[in-house]
Amino acid sequence: MELDPLLLSRMQFAFVVCFHAIFPVFTIGLASFIAVLETLSYKTGNPLWQRLSKFWIQVFAVVFGMGVVSGIVMSFQFGTNWSNFSYATANFLGPVLSYEVVTAFFLEAAFLGVLLFGRDKVPQGVHLFAAIMVAVGTFISSFWILSANSLMQTPDGLELRNGMYHVVSWADALFTASFAYRFAHMALASFLTAALVVAGVSAWFILQKREFDANRKALSIALWMLLILAPLQAVVGDYHGLNTLKHQPMKVAAMEGNWETQSGAPLLLFAIPDKEAQTNHFEIGIPKLASFILTHDWDGVIPGLKEVPVAEQPPVFIVFWAFRVMVGLGLLMIVIGVWGLILRPKGRYYQSKTFLQALRLMSVSPFLAVLAGWVVTEVGRAPWLIYGQMTHAEGLTPSLTGGMALFTLIGYIVVYSLVFSSGVYYLLKVFRGGLEKANAPHEMDEIERPKRPFSAAHVAIEGDK
Amino acid sequence: MEQPFDLTLIWAGIIAFGVMMYVLMDGFDLGQGILFPFAPTEHHRDVMMNSVAPVWDGNETWLVLGGAGLLAAFPLVYSVFLPALYIGVFLLLAGLIFRGVAFEFRFKAKTSRYLWNWAFAGGSIVASFAQGAVVGAYIQGFETENFRYVGGALDWLTPFTVITGIGLVSGYALLGAAWLIMKSEGEVQDWAYKVAPRLLMLVLAVFAVISVYTPFVDDRVMSRWFDGISFIWILPLLALYCAWIVFTSLRDRKEGMPFVATMGLFLFTYLGLLASKWPYMVPPDYTLWDAASAFESQLFLLLGFLFVIPIVLAYTAWTYWVFRGKVKQGGYH
Repeated sequence: MELDPLLLSRMQFAFVVCFHAIFPVFTIGLASFIAVLETLSYKTGNPLWQRLSKFWIQVFAVVFGMGVVSGIVMSFQFGTNWSNFSYATANFLGPVLSYEVVTAFFLEAAFLGVLLFGRDKVPQGVHLFAAIMVAVGTFISSFWILSANSLMQTPDGLELRNGMYHVVSWADALFTASFAYRFAHMALASFLTAALVVAGVSAWFILQKREFDANRKALSIALWMLLILAPLQAVVGDYHGLNTLKHQPMKVAAMEGNWETQSGAPLLLFAIPDKEAQTNHFEIGIPKLASFILTHDWDGVIPGLKEVPVAEQPPVFIVFWAFRVMVGLGLLMIVIGVWGLILRPKGRYYQSKTFLQALRLMSVSPFLAVLAGWVVTEVGRAPWLIYGQMTHAEGLTPSLTGGMALFTLIGYIVVYSLVFSSGVYYLLKVFRGGLEKANAPHEMDEIERPKRPFSAAHVAIEGDK
Repeated sequence: MEQPFDLTLIWAGIIAFGVMMYVLMDGFDLGQGILFPFAPTEHHRDVMMNSVAPVWDGNETWLVLGGAGLLAAFPLVYSVFLPALYIGVFLLLAGLIFRGVAFEFRFKAKTSRYLWNWAFAGGSIVASFAQGAVVGAYIQGFETENFRYVGGALDWLTPFTVITGIGLVSGYALLGAAWLIMKSEGEVQDWAYKVAPRLLMLVLAVFAVISVYTPFVDDRVMSRWFDGISFIWILPLLALYCAWIVFTSLRDRKEGMPFVATMGLFLFTYLGLLASKWPYMVPPDYTLWDAASAFESQLFLLLGFLFVIPIVLAYTAWTYWVFRGKVKQGGYH
């Protein structure tokens, strides 16, 4: 069998980027949650807020560390596997990705150390300021990344001269047509991720009857966040979809599994899209609903995939189902939020074992939803790397062979499995240690060193201590 | 576009500075990993790791900053070097990941500690060798057509790059040993004094081989050094002088001078290399001006770098100041 460097490179990129994405999406939301806890602690002086903050800062430290390590690999992927793309877009992507790196380092240098290790060394106000700046910094970082991605989705502000794009307007290139929607959608996703993880972990602690007073407070905040943000995310997602319909109609056609351009298109609940046959099997849908959602008119016209040659259609099956996974999980989040509100009177939300167990299970859902969402937007752009301008095949490194790509794909899978299974295992230990461990005077002092993200956690790898 | 001044030169200076910072700073902590398997006891290894633990990740900052800066300022370097060194880049990253994680976990581990020792040593050696091979590949040059790399997957792996790889591994080990002399006392320091002169001999041997070999790899280098007497001959002479100081200061058991002089050895060798290849950035065909990005892109990022680099430098200096002095058993308490 001939090894296809294009397919293998796409698999490799998908693998490393999915692995990387789950860490920042969590830390961005968690940084804001920690800033909230620190603010409450500062305002009220209630020691419970600080107990909570100490624990979640440890979790933050470990996840941040894993995000940084997996992010370094990302910054080399563009050159190794997509050198034609990197070279062509360097005038824009180079500065933008560099600014992301610069933001991250500035953040780490100036504020992260104070947040992680400075609690007893600086005034409380300074510590609070550092917590807020870390939260702000994570958003500045994601600004650059999402700006870069949005340019690939809805290119603007660039001009192609001799095979290289030149920036003619930084404002247009940084803030392309899809940027604002993508940024809002991603920011809410980060907040929801933090809310659901905090809710799940707090529920687990409450089920074990550990640190009830503090964990109940955390759970309460998380549930309010969920109640407000999950429906808001549906609204923002809808606007994002309308924006996509305008600029990348084939992506929406794939999301809806819509082959023929038609008015009054149904919303498909189930189907097996078949790109070869250019049709769906086993369709179950609600008449006219897709048209209504996308055009706000029951008889609105929805473009079909057959408008473009088969070679320019995205992989319909993947996009169609990833979209349903994302939306399904999003709706489930709304349900859980409302359920929490119903249980709110008389504090049944922290007494109902069923509800607490449901929250535990839900704590993985935001990660799946975020990855599914990225699959929709990235696979849905196919075959374009820069929409309408450069295909994946054109962006690939010309000297890359299938054998080379296979070697590193397997290599990254092996390295990541070893390294990140250790990381996740350690994270679970930190969870198990809980608030008690995070607030205990730590016995690892004698071999502890300052200033490393992981050193903020005081849990030993082996044993139950 | 009419450019008021040559940003490409400024960027070349920034990148050259970043690379030098990286080599000197990550060099001595990679050196601890290279020496790890040879350390006589676990206590030695504790001190070695503790001596660099607070600063190593700040040191690696320069690698990432340099990589991102290259894409922005010299995209041709980024889009030729990375495909040409595809396998080597993977090994470099895998090595750095393993040793990075070893830093985090070795201190928290007890029964699995030996595994993290191996991860630290293996990762450091592989990453250092890969970096040395990159230097060798740069001297060799790359097969390009129309601004694209068109060579094979393992073109970079030649006897010459294996030698430069070994050269950098031994150089980092020497830098690491000199650092350890400065930061330790007692039996650990004694051990470092014992291995440092041997490493110096190894480094000088490889240094000699590379110096003789390089002009034969590249004609342009040959003519630069041998077509008439040039002032650049001062650079290898200064490098040799530094080596002499390393030797005498080790003999006299001075504590700081071996490290300073080893840094000098690296600096003058590095400058000599730059003088050999100037102004070619993607040899043999492209100069730094061919490799540069657009003026407005260089300017856009320069504003950010001018703001951040002083902060990173200040933060770095502060960290080193906080962790000055000898490593006591069990860290800096």
